Amino acid sequence: MSKKKIVQAEELTKIFNKFTAVDHITFDVFEGEIFGFLGPNGAGKTTTINMLTTILKPTEGKATVCGYDIVKEASMVRSLIGVVPQEYTADEDLTGYENVILCASLYGLPRDLAKKRAIELLELVGLTKFKDKKVETYSGGMRRRLELACGLVNMPKVLFLDEPTLGLDVQSRKIIWQYIRLLKEEYGMTIFMTTHYLDEADNLCDRIAIIDNGKLVAIGSPNILKENLGGDILILDIEGDSDTIIELISKVENVKEVEKYGNEYRIKVTYGEIVTPKIIDILRKNGYTITKLFLTKPTLDDVYLEYTGKKLREEEGSKEDFFTFRMMLRRAKS
Amino acid sequence: MTRYIREIKNPFHGLWSLTHRELKKWYKAPIVLFISVVQPIIWIGLFGKAMNINAIFTSTMTTLNQKLPPNFAEQIMSKTFGTLDYFSFMAVGMLSFVILFSAMFSGMSIVWDRRLGFLNKVLSTPVARGVIIVSKIFSATIRSLIQAGIVLLAALLLGLHLHQNITFLKILGVFLVLLLLCVGLASMFLMIAIRSTRWETQMAVVNLLNLPLLFASNVLFPVKLMPSWLQTVAKVNPITYATDAIRQLLIYETNFSQLTFDLIYLTAFTTVLVITGIILSWKYLNK
Repeated sequence: MSKKKIVQAEELTKIFNKFTAVDHITFDVFEGEIFGFLGPNGAGKTTTINMLTTILKPTEGKATVCGYDIVKEASMVRSLIGVVPQEYTADEDLTGYENVILCASLYGLPRDLAKKRAIELLELVGLTKFKDKKVETYSGGMRRRLELACGLVNMPKVLFLDEPTLGLDVQSRKIIWQYIRLLKEEYGMTIFMTTHYLDEADNLCDRIAIIDNGKLVAIGSPNILKENLGGDILILDIEGDSDTIIELISKVENVKEVEKYGNEYRIKVTYGEIVTPKIIDILRKNGYTITKLFLTKPTLDDVYLEYTGKKLREEEGSKEDFFTFRMMLRRAKS
Repeated sequence: MTRYIREIKNPFHGLWSLTHRELKKWYKAPIVLFISVVQPIIWIGLFGKAMNINAIFTSTMTTLNQKLPPNFAEQIMSKTFGTLDYFSFMAVGMLSFVILFSAMFSGMSIVWDRRLGFLNKVLSTPVARGVIIVSKIFSATIRSLIQAGIVLLAALLLGLHLHQNITFLKILGVFLVLLLLCVGLASMFLMIAIRSTRWETQMAVVNLLNLPLLFASNVLFPVKLMPSWLQTVAKVNPITYATDAIRQLLIYETNFSQLTFDLIYLTAFTTVLVITGIILSWKYLNK
């Protein structure tokens, strides 16, 4: 199956006063997929989105969205995409309905269509009851849904979501996930999203890219990335002579590596659920007793930590960014 | 739902929507309109009435037992201010001040839009950068013209003496002058705010420029009586020309050559600033 590339980035780079925020990244997004962009704070996720959505001009490299160049044909790109930024961008003094109408007119929808579309979208995101209330009275989840409605007003080919669930409670997150799946399945929309939450990426995304320090460090489907880590980890507590045990286990098919920590053996295996009974059989036949057993499958967290390292980041942020972030969290909680 | 995608060819696309957004915020909160009108009315009502300069000649001079020529006060007043009372002189000048005040806040609004993320959203829609600036100028202009109209009515109620040759056309002319001044000043304050993310900075700039622009002009006092260094400043200040034009139209025996010069100066000032503002928006209006 040959998939159509809808976003293509080649050596895309952004340098702010000597600080390289995005460093020569190259990737494709295929039509109709949910593409997740992961990375620590300050890794360059939002900068990449800002470039692809034409808000920022790249320092080097090029990118196309739906075949249009993001610099030379920016206006065309803008009319084909929808953007839901990280911040809440709706005008607080206007009602939800007025906000959607305003967005519709910015995308050039004729008045009648705009009105119809606004009603439909507010229904879709479950805000019909609150459509004539001012946005300042909305909760965080409602604001996020309103942002989504605004981003969908032109029924874009590609929807860019920057941290769509940041600061939301579990219920609101689940609702946003439902919408994202619906958009993909019902409308065949391509979705490009950034997130901090790895379970979110694992659940939703067809493919993910991990970016760290402005560089792309991994790309692929969550399952493949997990498998690439070297499979599952089996932990066994066994009494007895360690050298023989290690030898016995190592002979089993699909066992990759055995390490011993005290009485505990950490065994890297592929197809853990099939290999584990075989190991138990062999050990039993040779008279060893297993006192504890634990099988873990790698999570996306393991993939993420493998590529981005475990150290806590020293982050630099401006006062303004912090202010915006604080404002957003405050509104998310209200 | 069908996809609605169309290349947008109209360069002014989105202008009315964005202007309307700002106006809506304004007319939905009548208290803001009320305060913005009350302040200049207090200025003219208290300052304009308190500075009863006439009384220097009618009351103070008589206490010095000076023998004054007949109609001395009237002559001094009309030679100095061109009117018979200071209130008329100053109240008309306040119209420019109303414009200055509204224009300053158009700069603030772009800082807030940037901080609250609204600007970000607009930047990702197919709206031209210049239109974002022009919509701010438009809304500031519409707002301030309405405010100036209300202040003018209030001044009339408080005893503003119009020239006897007043015509409807002249009143229209006053609003044209105010429009030119507002477009120019709003462009200027928007340019100052175009990259700013801190409203504190913008507030400081506004406070810094506010009073010098007012005092170094003919709004409160005639330029020809100022010290020469101050005259130089007042003579480049566009508010001086706008105020003079309004006085020529409303309270003076209109001097058409002076009026033409005022209008040319204002038009040039406004054109240069609007064009610079739009050009800067192409380059600097981004994240």
